[in-house]
Amino acid sequence: MEQIFDIYLLEALINGLLFGGVLALLSLGLNLIFGVIDVVWICYAEIVMFGMYAIYWLHAVYGIPIVPAALLAIALTGAMGFLVHYLVISPILGSPPINQLLATGGLLFFLQSFATLLWGIEFRNLGLRLPVLQWGELYFSYARLLAFGIAVIGMIAIYLFLTRTYIGTAIRAISQDREIMTLMGVDSRRVYLVTSVVGGSLAGLAACLLVLQYDVHPFVGLSFGPITFVICVLGGLGNMIGGFIAAFILSEIISIGGFYAELEWGYVLAFAVFIVVMFIRPEGILSKKS
Amino acid sequence: MLDVQNANAGYDTFQALFDVSLEVNAGEAVAVIGPNGAGKTTLMRMISGLIPIRAGEIRMEGRSLSEVRPHEIVELGIAHVPENRRLFPRMTVEDNLRMGAFTKTARPQFRERLDYIYELFPRMKERRLQYAGTMSGGEQQMCAIGRALMSKPKLLLMDEPSAGLAPVIVQQVFDLVRRIRQEGYTVLIVEQNVQQVLQVVDRAYLLEAGSLQTSGTAEELLASDQVREAYMGL
Repeated sequence: MEQIFDIYLLEALINGLLFGGVLALLSLGLNLIFGVIDVVWICYAEIVMFGMYAIYWLHAVYGIPIVPAALLAIALTGAMGFLVHYLVISPILGSPPINQLLATGGLLFFLQSFATLLWGIEFRNLGLRLPVLQWGELYFSYARLLAFGIAVIGMIAIYLFLTRTYIGTAIRAISQDREIMTLMGVDSRRVYLVTSVVGGSLAGLAACLLVLQYDVHPFVGLSFGPITFVICVLGGLGNMIGGFIAAFILSEIISIGGFYAELEWGYVLAFAVFIVVMFIRPEGILSKKS
Repeated sequence: MLDVQNANAGYDTFQALFDVSLEVNAGEAVAVIGPNGAGKTTLMRMISGLIPIRAGEIRMEGRSLSEVRPHEIVELGIAHVPENRRLFPRMTVEDNLRMGAFTKTARPQFRERLDYIYELFPRMKERRLQYAGTMSGGEQQMCAIGRALMSKPKLLLMDEPSAGLAPVIVQQVFDLVRRIRQEGYTVLIVEQNVQQVLQVVDRAYLLEAGSLQTSGTAEELLASDQVREAYMGL
């Protein structure tokens, strides 16, 4: 009996880890944008929602194979990232942060309503039935394993982009000294646009992984938008490594909390931990400066 | 090489520079000296495009800087070592140098330039993977100069390279300036350390309250009573 108990705990731990990968990917895009442009995209999860719809339509309705459909969805959300910056953020870059926050908040409702208008409120899914992997007495959903693997690959790709390319180096540099970028011959507006496209594309990649496991509907952003923000704030807004760590801490709390009680209690516990941490370290576990 | 004609610049309602005209010829080292708040840093910032020129004109090898966007000025061959060095503190020395080679024209030469900088400043090679912000002030100044040289500039602007450094390090920084000169770069340097900067330059301008007061060879200014009394306490 004792041994079986431990095995289920192990299963919960591993599921938490798998879930953490997707959460880490979600928070990475938001953190990247905040770190570079100093603007929080409140509507980030709604861009993910559009990505999920894109895959749904392309794959389930129009019958495009899943991989090209996913790439097209990523391209679409990348274009959305471009438009969010170009049309909404760029004109108000000099105004107080609260205005920028309100603008992206307004965009959240716009995107939600727009999706409702276009596609109604019904829940849709790809209808994929991915097998469940059995390993000894442990069961893992193949969708989760796949999502974790792709999330890790995506994060490694971003890491290489940020450390091995000139524009990636500029993206890391710009938050440390904005003004001096001109002296390096860097056009900051271009860096902002590239960052927005990359951030949008990451939302698309996250959409591809989420749509494997969840139904899409116009309000789906509400179910993982808040946890994404909590992760970013817990890790220290703009700190990508902090966000990465925070994603796994929270996903383990949710998973293990859900193991001992019900899944909802896992979320309650995670948010409670978040509130306590905010009292102790308001700047997050790793602040932007460290 | 650099020709500044009746340039005016400032911040908001405050005008910092009034009809400043100066020139720097190829191969020369020229200093702009003057008290705190005279507009020396504003002059440097105006030349490298960090603040707009309000009236007048700046030409680099005949080309007006107002024809290009501020971030394109570095591609005309002007590199700026800013006041307080302004390195990217949480990036490695090598990443800082990489940023210095960001422009399209500099990128293909990155390896070559990096080797050149490491040869010029072997200390930077030792520290290449260290965070720039964790180095000593003198090493940071070396890194800032190295970063500016990565773009293979024709003209190097140096803004108060000795500021905030210990006296023994200040001496090293002026030795660095001498070496940069020997390497064949044209230099325009702003300094409060008048006595020492006049030892390393050919000519100098005296800037006070946003206007150029006088100019001459380094020897002339070293001998001038106006400069000796006001800036050397002699």
